[in-house]
Amino acid sequence: MKRVQFNSRYLPYLFLLPQFAIISIFFYWPSMQAITSSFYIEDPFGFGSSFVGAANYTDALNSSEYQRIARFTIGYCLIVTFLALSIGMLLALKADAVIRGKSAYKTLLIIVYAIAPPVAGLIGMMIFDQHIGPFVKFAALFGWEMKVGLNYFDTAFAMVVVAVWNQIPYNFIFFLSGLQGIPASIREAAAIDCKSGTRRFWTVILPLLTPTAFFLLVINMTYSLFDTFGVIDVIVKDKAANNPITLVYKVYLDGFRGNDLGSSSAQSVILMLVVLVLTMIQFRFIERRVHYG
Amino acid sequence: MEPSPQQPVERIYPMIKKISLAALALTMTASTTLAATNITWWHGMGGRNGEVINEIAQKFNEAQSECALTPVSKGSYEEALSAGIAAFRSGEQPNILQVFDAGAATIINAKGATIAAEDLLKDNGFEFNREAFIEGVRYFYAHSEGKFVGMPFNSSAPIMYINDEALQKAGVEAPKTWEEFEAIAPKLKEAGFIPLVQSQLTWQFTENFFSRNNIQFASNNNGYDSIVDTTINVTDDNHVMMYDKLKAWYDQGLFGYYGAAWNDNQKVFEEGKAALWIGSSGSFGGLQKTATMPFSATFLPYWNSIEGAGVHSFIGGAALFAMAGKSAEENKCSASFFNFLTSTEVQKFYHQATGYVAITNAAYELSKSEGYYNEKPAAEVGIQQLQLPTAEWNKGYRLGFYPQIRAVMEREYNRLFAGETTAKDAMETIKKEADELLARFAKTAG
Repeated sequence: MKRVQFNSRYLPYLFLLPQFAIISIFFYWPSMQAITSSFYIEDPFGFGSSFVGAANYTDALNSSEYQRIARFTIGYCLIVTFLALSIGMLLALKADAVIRGKSAYKTLLIIVYAIAPPVAGLIGMMIFDQHIGPFVKFAALFGWEMKVGLNYFDTAFAMVVVAVWNQIPYNFIFFLSGLQGIPASIREAAAIDCKSGTRRFWTVILPLLTPTAFFLLVINMTYSLFDTFGVIDVIVKDKAANNPITLVYKVYLDGFRGNDLGSSSAQSVILMLVVLVLTMIQFRFIERRVHYG
Repeated sequence: MEPSPQQPVERIYPMIKKISLAALALTMTASTTLAATNITWWHGMGGRNGEVINEIAQKFNEAQSECALTPVSKGSYEEALSAGIAAFRSGEQPNILQVFDAGAATIINAKGATIAAEDLLKDNGFEFNREAFIEGVRYFYAHSEGKFVGMPFNSSAPIMYINDEALQKAGVEAPKTWEEFEAIAPKLKEAGFIPLVQSQLTWQFTENFFSRNNIQFASNNNGYDSIVDTTINVTDDNHVMMYDKLKAWYDQGLFGYYGAAWNDNQKVFEEGKAALWIGSSGSFGGLQKTATMPFSATFLPYWNSIEGAGVHSFIGGAALFAMAGKSAEENKCSASFFNFLTSTEVQKFYHQATGYVAITNAAYELSKSEGYYNEKPAAEVGIQQLQLPTAEWNKGYRLGFYPQIRAVMEREYNRLFAGETTAKDAMETIKKEADELLARFAKTAG
């Protein structure tokens, strides 16, 4: 077989250049800026600054408020990821089994993904509105007096529901295509060997779905960490107060609302490190168990 | 301060409209005034208030031919300030930037970012008289010796709106003091109303608790004299007492609290369920459309038991700042616009179109002589409240990182009403975190 070769040694680098330029301008350069300014306390207009060493980092990490937000962020990410993945998979399994009206079901399930997170947040806000929200009225029937915006738990509940609801269709699409990628022969062979559908799922279907599931795990973690910003912004209505927020939202509040660039930069560097470690763990330890058929 | 003028639901549509309006304004000015000097004005107003800004710019452009002003909406107050800062750092700043009360320290302490409004006007040959402005407006955006740094623009005061039907049904008069409120609140409750709601504790029950009751809010002359070692006085016994009372009223069903969001609280009043609502003097225009019952307004109550209480409140809202680093011609245009803004006709127009208070005595007198307040008595309350005497501690405050300090207060106040903390503990937490933020801010000056 003939191997395709570049004529010049430099040509591949030339092809890489546009991508590299984009990464440099939009990722490396701002990251360097963030790292630099994380060591200063700076006048927002850029007139004065004091070098404070690692004080911005220690201040953030030692603040009980930051720790509280970090704890919430971890819990929020785990819950949103778990629920979005499991519900998405369940729906995909069920939709895959449907024979009549398959495309109608699929379209209905996928269509939610066309809703942008802030719009989803807006819809959520109306559903959970203290005065007119249908869900609040429904909950009141069971004696649950929901106060989204005042009660920490109620607000967290609303945020999780809206974030999960918005992410399910994405997971659904991937799981469904993953399921359809499993050859019929394997399914049939499994069906001959084992009568229990649940057992077949755990022993045959799920292992074959792991590449999709792993990919979605990474995506969903990033989604719950970063992309739920819009949902949170709309639900807390500009006033975080005692409501739960995620670390990304805190970076925004301190940097863009409070104009405290030093602290905000330090917090975003911390987040960068968290994502780096998370990605490393995912690829080193979890991916080993993934079966790429 | 005023809340961000837009509600989230209404945010997207006006944004599109604003962009198209701004584009329209841009094309209009570009085609009609080729030789004119172009200046830009970034602001944080939406909805009807944003439209009024475009109308004012249009009036200015029609009134003269040397300058062409283009207003650009940057979203909310906070977004306008952030956008202005980012633009300044890259040398792309607008000529005029609207900055809200809580951001005043950020922009005024950045010496070299702005040209003091008073200097700008005088250097360009315009007359400027501090005495022309109504009492409560003169100090907030000024240096401690009185020089105007920002040009007061949209100004408001926290006032109390009254559900007339509720008071009639309960057979009581609107309270002037909190003591009077305590006396009538049970009757209002009996009549089937939530006696009191408010929309922004930080602005109405903390900042303006200190101003109305004439109590020192922060050290270093409320922060005006220096940013070094400034500390906040939220642990003041009277202030703690105010929140102990609010919590007690809340527990007794005499005060309704629905979280930190402005509208969640206002809605209860609009629907006629609450008897009294602390809102903004700028709220009455909107309230006329949304309220389901007849309403009137009066001053924000104070404590009769506190000596020297009952003076004017801090001015809320926002001011306009002339940004530095612009050419002499452009600065002349900014000065010309500031001068235009303070003219009696424009002030009267702005006051009546938005519900913000008239900031000059002349505009107030003109509105009065034309009988405007006979039709709309609620429109006058904010001005009257700002014309009450000036005392030692109600001129203003100048605190750095104040938006974050407010966020800390909002958090603790929500915890108070959720029963997670007491007023005293909440104030101690706020003081600790706020003092740390103020110390951080002192370091930004380098």
